[in-house]
This record gives sequence, structure tokens and C-alpha cells, in this order.
Amino acid sequence: MKSFWRYAVLVLATLIFVYPFMWMISVTLRPEEEIGGFGLWPKTWTLQNYATVFTKIPILRAFGNSLLVSLSVVVSVILFCSLVGYALSRLQFRGREAISNLVIFTMVLPFQLTLIPLYLLVVKLGWADTYLALIVPFMMSSFAILLFRQFFKSIPQDLIDAARIDGCSDLGIVFRIFWPLSIPAIITVGIISFMGIWNEVLWPLMVIHKQELMVMPQLVTLFALGGASEGQLGVQLAAATLLALPILIAYLFFQRYFIESLATTGLKE
Amino acid sequence: MKHNRPAYLLIAPYLLHFSVFIGFPLVFSFVLIFHRWDIISPMEWVGLKNVHRLIHDRLFWQALWNTAVFLFLHIPLQIVVALFLAVQLNQRIALRGFFRAAFFVPVIVSGVVIAILWDKLMAYDSGLINHFLASIGLPKIGWLIDHRLAMPSIALVATWKNVGLYIVLFLVGLQGVPRHLYEAADIEGASGWQKFWNITLPMINPTVYLVVILSTIGGFSLFIEPYIMTGGGPLNRTLSALLYIYKQGFFFYHMGYAATLGFAFAMLVMLVVLIQRKLIEQEVGY
Repeated sequence: MKSFWRYAVLVLATLIFVYPFMWMISVTLRPEEEIGGFGLWPKTWTLQNYATVFTKIPILRAFGNSLLVSLSVVVSVILFCSLVGYALSRLQFRGREAISNLVIFTMVLPFQLTLIPLYLLVVKLGWADTYLALIVPFMMSSFAILLFRQFFKSIPQDLIDAARIDGCSDLGIVFRIFWPLSIPAIITVGIISFMGIWNEVLWPLMVIHKQELMVMPQLVTLFALGGASEGQLGVQLAAATLLALPILIAYLFFQRYFIESLATTGLKE
Repeated sequence: MKHNRPAYLLIAPYLLHFSVFIGFPLVFSFVLIFHRWDIISPMEWVGLKNVHRLIHDRLFWQALWNTAVFLFLHIPLQIVVALFLAVQLNQRIALRGFFRAAFFVPVIVSGVVIAILWDKLMAYDSGLINHFLASIGLPKIGWLIDHRLAMPSIALVATWKNVGLYIVLFLVGLQGVPRHLYEAADIEGASGWQKFWNITLPMINPTVYLVVILSTIGGFSLFIEPYIMTGGGPLNRTLSALLYIYKQGFFFYHMGYAATLGFAFAMLVMLVVLIQRKLIEQEVGY
């Protein structure tokens, strides 16, 4: 009896978390006049809402922009932060402590502090309405550096010594020894920085005004708020669904990695 | 310790990036506090005018109050719901992985999607929630148009979005509680509630602390939900800290004042987090 109630609670909770998305998708697949009520199965199936989105806004272009920006940031973060993490965990040099403290300081610094000055800097550099504005400020991540530093501490010193005897450089040690042994850390950093940059919307709203350079969340936000969607529920939700879909599909296949990676945000403080 | 050229080469890109994109903006933010600037005309020194204006700015205090309202609802709700569901999942049950994955779906979906979706669900006339209330004979509720309810509604949506992450964090915490503590309590004849209160809760306190801190930072970073769902209204009751900075900067081009707001809110987040840490340390001494 006790376990019956437990399952009842869990099923109810599942409905609360998942039903709104199912309703959203079902609404986008029916004509506007059929919207209303809780049913998930459209009487008349149509892709008209999606056709309208594709003709009104360059959503595919925005998807491409999002992909370009996110992948650039992820590659840069993994590359540069693993090198810094390696130096901070395995090399002896003057100023190591100071730099570790600097990284920690950067992580606890609230971003509200630097938001406006950073925007002004980007404008003065002439980067407004360029990909540079979306990518370059996010090419490093303190969180990633600290995660790599932590992970690299557990790799045996013998491996480094042996590689050095073979004449391996520091870059060689990181790429050929540390990377293959750090796949979980690389996946975690990859997913966290990808999700962070893919979902970012405030910064693009500040620095991008040309429609063809907009990333997906920004384009969909402005479409839903602006006049182009003409207040049509089905069309607005179709745009939202297109924004959700890539991540939902990735989540379907790699949910364990998503959950475990994002849970390490817990290590942040 | 010695000089080590390869180490400096590995660190150099980070130091360069830090200097340009964090160090410089940090220094520049202090400069901006004392200036008026619309980006186009030259910067104008105004002394402490921005600070003076901030202290007398009704909207600054309103945004701060709104953030407080948000946090007072969001944090307890987040902890109670996440802990309750995590305890349900931390049993020998079938489909545990499925439930955990289902609760996590709103966490991975973009806040933009969540805000658009809940804007529609909470709409007064056409929204599904009011439709449901009407169908069981209850009056419609002005979720986003009643000025007393708008911020609580947004806190509800933010909780719905994030709670899956905290369920996972609590699950990790719960699995770290040693079994023998419960066995000892069973021998003493403790009730389920007593075990929860005297064993589980103290043991997972670091997780509670983490949830409080992350939610607080989240509250001060609240932006897309009010931007899409209410635009900061009605009567500025959902004007969040970040939305107000954005409006001062990008509707009015008051860059000096927007930077002053950013500085003030940043100091406040750090202060609140520090106070929370002290309070929780006193409470449990961990």
C-alpha cells in the first residue's frame, strides 16, 4: 500500500514535469482553431505552423549560428582550460598559487558586475554584430579550469616521468596522456559549457541586432514577443519547439551524461 | 619553486583572456560609476550622481524587493519539493532512472522555451491552467496580470524548471548517508519522521546549503522569465535586478547608471550569500 502511494506520487510528478512539453508539441501540430483543451491527439494533423515559422524567420540560419558559436566555445574551453588545469596541478612555477586564487576569485565574481563594461568593451572593439562578440568573451571558463585541475591531480606522476624520458613535451603529455585518461572530465566540461552558451540569451540580445547573425534562443524570443508571429499560439509554440528539439534529441540519447555532468555544478562553490 | 617557461606559456592565454575580458571590465566598472555615458557622445564625469540617484531610485528598491519576494518563495519551495521527490526516489523502486530523467527534462530545455510555454499556460483567458480551474468550477486566476501574483507565478515556473537538478543533488547527498545510522534508529524504535528529521536532514545539510546558494545566485540573475512573460510588469512587480540593468542600459542608454546598478546588485548577491553561509554554519556547525 505504501509503495502504491509512492508510485502514484512519482507518476503525478512525472506528468507535471513532462505533460506541458507534450501539450506544447501537440498544439504545434494542429490548426489554430483546434487549440484548447487538454487533449494531446490532434483531430487534424498539419505542419502549417512550422511552415509559417520557416517562412517568417531564418530559423535554420539561427540554428547554424548557435551551432557554430557553441562548438567554438566548447572546443576552446576544453583545449585552453585543460592546459591551464595541467599547469596548475602538475607543474611547479612561481605564481602558481596566485593564479589558482585568481581563477577561484573569477568564479565567485557575480557577472552583473562586469556585464555592462564588457558590453562597452566589445562595442569599442568593433565586435557588435559579429560572431566574435558571441564567442571570444566565453573562450575560457574558471569552472572548467578548476574541474580539470582537480581531475588531473589523480593521474599518477609515473606516467609523466616516463613520457618526459621519452622526450615528450608538456603539450604532448596533455594531449596524449592526460586527455585519453580524462574522458569523463572532458564530457562534463563539454556538456556544461555547451548548455551554458547554447541557452544564453541576454548577451546575444545585447550585442547582436542583425537578424542573420542571431542565435536560436534570441531569434525565437524576439519572434514570440514581436509582431511577426501575429499572436498565433501554434506558430509561437512551433518556434519554441524548434528551439527545444535539438537539446531534447541529444538528451534522449545521452541523458545519463547530461544528468551527471550538470549535477557537478554542485561542486561550484 | 623556479621559473618554468612551458608553464607560463600554458597559462598565458588564460592571463590574456582574464586581463581583457574580466580585469579590464572590472576596473572600467569603477570608472563608469562616476560617469554618464550613452556610448555615442563623450563620457561625462558626474561624481557621485549615479550613487545618489541609485539611493533615491524607487525602481532599484522595487527590483530588490521583487528579488526578495522571488527568493522567499523559490528557495523553500525548491528545497521542500526537491527533497520530497528525492526521498521518494531513494528507495528500492522500479523505473527510478526513468523518473529521474523525466524530472530533469525542464532543466535541459532552454529558459526561453519554458517562459514562452508557461506564458501560454498561465494566460488569463486562453490559458490551460485557468481552463482547468474553470472546468472544476473554480474562478480564473490572474497568474501574470495580477500584480500580487505575478512574481509568485514566476517563482513557481523557475522552481518547476530547476527542481530536477536539485533532486539529483539531493539524491547524491542521500546516498551518502550511512545505512547503519538508520539501523541503529530502527533498534531504538524511531519513527520514519524522526529518522528523517534527526538523521537525514543533518547529514544532507551541505546539499541544502548548496541549493540555497545556487538559488540565490539564480534569483539575482532572473531575466528571461520576466522579459518574456511580463516585461517586468504589472506595476513593475516582476522587474528583476538583471531586467532593470538591461532596461537602463538598452532602452535608455544610461551606461554609467546601468553599471552602477550592476555593481550594487553584485555586492548584494555576495553579501546575501555570505550572510546565508554564516546563518547555516551557526545553525548546524558543519
